[in-house]
Amino acid sequence: MIKNGTRLQSQVCDTQVIVVRSADSLDDLRAGGVPMVPIGTDASGDATLDPEFSGGTVMGKRYVDETGAEVLVTKAGAGTLSVGTTALNLKEAKPLPASD
Amino acid sequence: MSISLLLEMAASSNPDRTAVVSGELRLTTSELSELADGGAGVIAASGAQHAAYVGTGGALLPLLLFSSARAGVAFTPLNYRLSEDGLRQLIDRLPTPLVIADAEYRDVVVDAGKQVITSDEFIAAARTAEPAAEFPDSDQVAVVLFTSGTTSRPKAVELTHNNLTSYVTGTVEFDSADPADAALICVPPYHIAGVGAALSNLYAGRKMVYLRQFDPNQWVRLVRDEGVTTATVVPTMLDRIVSVLEAEAIELSTLRNLAYGGSKVALPLVRKALGLLPDVGFVNAYGLTETSSTIAVLTPDDHRIALAASDDAVARRLGSVGQPVPGIEVQIRGEDGTVLGSGQAGELFVRGEQVSGRYTDIGSVLDADGWFPTKDVAMLDEGGYLFIGGRSDDTIIRGGENIAPAEIEDVLVEHPAVRDCVVVGPEDPEWGQIIVAVVVPAQGAAPDPDELRSHVRVHLRGSRTPDRVVFRDELPTNATGKVLRRELVDELSRAREKQEKLRSRT
Repeated sequence: MIKNGTRLQSQVCDTQVIVVRSADSLDDLRAGGVPMVPIGTDASGDATLDPEFSGGTVMGKRYVDETGAEVLVTKAGAGTLSVGTTALNLKEAKPLPASD
Repeated sequence: MSISLLLEMAASSNPDRTAVVSGELRLTTSELSELADGGAGVIAASGAQHAAYVGTGGALLPLLLFSSARAGVAFTPLNYRLSEDGLRQLIDRLPTPLVIADAEYRDVVVDAGKQVITSDEFIAAARTAEPAAEFPDSDQVAVVLFTSGTTSRPKAVELTHNNLTSYVTGTVEFDSADPADAALICVPPYHIAGVGAALSNLYAGRKMVYLRQFDPNQWVRLVRDEGVTTATVVPTMLDRIVSVLEAEAIELSTLRNLAYGGSKVALPLVRKALGLLPDVGFVNAYGLTETSSTIAVLTPDDHRIALAASDDAVARRLGSVGQPVPGIEVQIRGEDGTVLGSGQAGELFVRGEQVSGRYTDIGSVLDADGWFPTKDVAMLDEGGYLFIGGRSDDTIIRGGENIAPAEIEDVLVEHPAVRDCVVVGPEDPEWGQIIVAVVVPAQGAAPDPDELRSHVRVHLRGSRTPDRVVFRDELPTNATGKVLRRELVDELSRAREKQEKLRSRT
């Protein structure tokens, strides 16, 4: 299982994420339909963004799947995050008032 | 996740936004980031394994937090009000530290036998240093804070990068602040709220305006000059701000949100503040050093609803600390460890990623399932609102009966002749401990002790009635408003011994 705190990048868009809560499902984490790779890895040249997964990611938002996995977008990009072909969901947060 | 990433995200999204205003110094997010890289270079080049700071904070606090993180060492802001000896004892407990000190505190730490650099020298060196950028592991310690040690030797609380980033990302939406938002920060740098403020406001994209030494008139001036929208104060600060606002009608038109916490705020003061600032949303924040700041929040809506409520159970929530923040679980346990239901008072246990519960030289005090004993007496109501009844160490055992001082204090402080009060339990040969109420009278009032005792008696069980009531002009508190109960108990015990000696002579 991928480690919490691991930083990953997309091979086909600008998206970067950090794993906040790991789960086995994240072994098949994709952005833009293509597997994400550790930050700093060279992208495999032939991959292209799948139009089915081009909804984009939002900077600073958390995305979750059904199994409890959670990633935080540290750089936004054009691809959609998915596990296999199931898109991750944006985690809605109840806004809290500033307290410190 | 490292706290460095919080700054990296803020700097990449809003490089030109003003991040910090501290006296004459103004830094944009990208300037703060570059300076932190340089600062990391200065720390790395010193060979230090720890960074310590003695001073009043301001921009130095976020700068040193992130410089230390990027140098891969832990950071400890120290209480600049401590004596030379007190500071040295704490510094000696840190592994090979580089000590950064404001110029006025340099002399206090220069003989501690460590590398010392002044804050100005540090900033100057950071501007030209070869940058360093380590990526610390999530489980590495980012910040070590010493507890105030009002009752025992200060404990060194270890907060990991994961504790702090879990708190920030779990309670703050990235870049959610309005571009015009500004937070006024006047909590001391060595307090967990000071660390929390630097991280969460940066992540929210809110300008941080520092007031390095609290003064109520300066506070009001800064709110107006810098268009401050949110601020956090400890009880003693709120009390002084309220006094200024009572003396002169001042409009704080930009202020939307005022948080208070650090220690318990008496209800009459909360009501007075709400009345003076009807358009401001009040937030009661409860947290501990060991929990990386806030774990429960009473929101502005909670305040309004409680104030307007005719239902007693809802009205009472004005005195609660609200509900747990996301990612925090709470349990109230009885003395035998069983989990208690709503309405029953016991010890508060909390669990979550932001909870450290680990101390240097002591290790983790979490139980097998990850629960942290807060040592606070607490109760949950039917709606899940959390009520804090003081420290369990402060519990008075009189004639075999456990008495929470907070219960009596809450009643006494509502008496019109009482401005402030604290209830303590000095030792007593007959009862084990007795109940002594130390009262600061309201201005111009000269309350009769028996009248105050009967005021308590009609509201609480007879066994809660103070054996004695003594008067003081003010209560001894530390800088964050915590009442120094130990000091009062010692004072009362000494006075009693003296009296007994006199008596035995006659």
